[in-house]
Amino acid sequence: MSVIAHADRIQAPPGAAVRRRKSFLRRRSTVAFFMALPLILIVALLVLYPASYAVYLSTLNKTMERFVGFGNFLFLFKRDSFWMVVEQSVIFAVTAVLFKAVIGLVVAHFVHNLPAKGQRKWRGMLLVPWVIPPAMSTLAWLWLFDPSYSAFNWIFAHFGIDPVPWLGNPYWARFAVILVNVWVGAPFFMIMYLAALKSVPDQLYEAAEIDGANWFQKLWYVTLPMMRNIISITVLFSLIVTFANFDIVRVLTNGGPLDQTQVFATWAFRLGIESNDIPLGASVSLFMFPVLAFAAIFILRDINRRGNEA
Amino acid sequence: MTTTAQTYAGAAPSARGGSITRNRRKVLILSYVFLVLFVIFFLTPPLYMFITSLKTSAEISAEVSPWWVFSPTLANYIQLLTSPVYLTFFRNSILVSTFVVAITMVVSILAAFSLARMKFWGSATLATGVFLTYLIPDTLLFIPMFKTFAFLHDLTGIEFINHWWVLVIIYPTLTIPFCTWIMIGYFSSIPKELDEAALIDGASYMQLLTKIFVPVALPGIIAAAIFAFTVSWAQFLYPLAFTTSTDQLVLPVGIVTTLIKGDVFNWGQIMTGALLGAAPPLILYAFLMDYYIAGLTAGATKG
Repeated sequence: MSVIAHADRIQAPPGAAVRRRKSFLRRRSTVAFFMALPLILIVALLVLYPASYAVYLSTLNKTMERFVGFGNFLFLFKRDSFWMVVEQSVIFAVTAVLFKAVIGLVVAHFVHNLPAKGQRKWRGMLLVPWVIPPAMSTLAWLWLFDPSYSAFNWIFAHFGIDPVPWLGNPYWARFAVILVNVWVGAPFFMIMYLAALKSVPDQLYEAAEIDGANWFQKLWYVTLPMMRNIISITVLFSLIVTFANFDIVRVLTNGGPLDQTQVFATWAFRLGIESNDIPLGASVSLFMFPVLAFAAIFILRDINRRGNEA
Repeated sequence: MTTTAQTYAGAAPSARGGSITRNRRKVLILSYVFLVLFVIFFLTPPLYMFITSLKTSAEISAEVSPWWVFSPTLANYIQLLTSPVYLTFFRNSILVSTFVVAITMVVSILAAFSLARMKFWGSATLATGVFLTYLIPDTLLFIPMFKTFAFLHDLTGIEFINHWWVLVIIYPTLTIPFCTWIMIGYFSSIPKELDEAALIDGASYMQLLTKIFVPVALPGIIAAAIFAFTVSWAQFLYPLAFTTSTDQLVLPVGIVTTLIKGDVFNWGQIMTGALLGAAPPLILYAFLMDYYIAGLTAGATKG
């Protein structure tokens, strides 16, 4: 910085300096506030306002002229299709997150075992599913699952296995939706866990080895406790994202067959945008909120705890 | 050294030094075998996209192996790249992503600088609040937004629905919270002595930001920009809900809604369209992988 150009500022009388410092302090926070203002406006107008507006919308009748209170929710509770969506959303999110975490942890270990200079290219290849826009890669899966030209069934036929109705049968369709979600999400866990594995000090493993620990004991007593934070944060984060997933179900099955793969997001879209019942769609989407709040509280607790440690 | 250890270990498996070396080799081989299996699992869909994109419709429906191209052709690529409809999707995607990245970077760099360094009343709460907004999913917001835009239309006469630029207004809600969050992390890691020195030299806060913070935190800024680009390029729900005419669609929705029409799917063309649509983020990733990974891990590790 140009010291000379501003040297005259230093030679101010002491009284003026105090006054200037006061206004300076005031100015500092004012400037700070104005710098953060665009962010505050965007968050308030485009996130917080719509979120609370959703609550209001959910208390109106279909034509949005009359206040019905909890009417929409009571209506939903009486419908079997609603409970089916609840069941499917929970099965979908829990199973997918579990498999993503396990596969991510396993793959991260395998990459971590490799010599350091070879890791980069493996990591590069393994992250590809996360980079491709999900709507695009799901199209590839849709084609792999095609009822008449499924490339998987072609392989199966060579082993004498009957063709699998990937998207035609409700149970296979549920499996397919979860499989694609795991495929998209596992690389993210892998990258996170790989970063966490690298931060575990080698001395801990050496000490464990001297104590005669086998690989499972090393994993259970050294690796997992050291990675506890990152595991909980990735799982909670992924739970929110998976629970609110839209792209994959929409492109792969569009909720079918017989609405068996419908999750909250796709069902809310069907009701709110396609059937034009905005209040009912808003009510359905609000059911994602409890899961979100639950996960958010735990993530926040974790952040605060780490903030205090630092 | 390895060969002696190997033979020694083979002769006496209980020998301690030998068994550790042997175990390491076994672990290494096992790791490679499983990694190859996982890479096959992870890369099959994109590879299959590529294989199908090189085929004619006749070959796709023929009774031959779907895993091989017998008469490769670029017809699908030529068709799509000369189709005005597909090029419009591409143009819309590029426009939306560019504007969103620009808006995101300006807003989140300013906000992150303010929240990480300058502090004001409530700034700590705001920083946490920003992270929490990132957790509110698009699937919760699209219905009230849809209604709000309809209401604004009645109020002002401006038609928001079915214009690509409405996405430029909406997408920042997906990108700004996370980008601000990781920029706060990067800015906080810059030593305080640096800005004190600059302030003593008489730099204004704006100069402090543009001359010191932005250059020093450039890797973080690149990582955040890549994140913003990837998110806005891939976003599917908002364009599906808010745009319908062919000339306003962005790539992901355009491919899904216009190439898949009726009962006859032209899979060769769909796969080509999807692959070309996935190309920009993939190319970016190929060249800037380290920034990409830094951005991904920053959210959780810098918190």
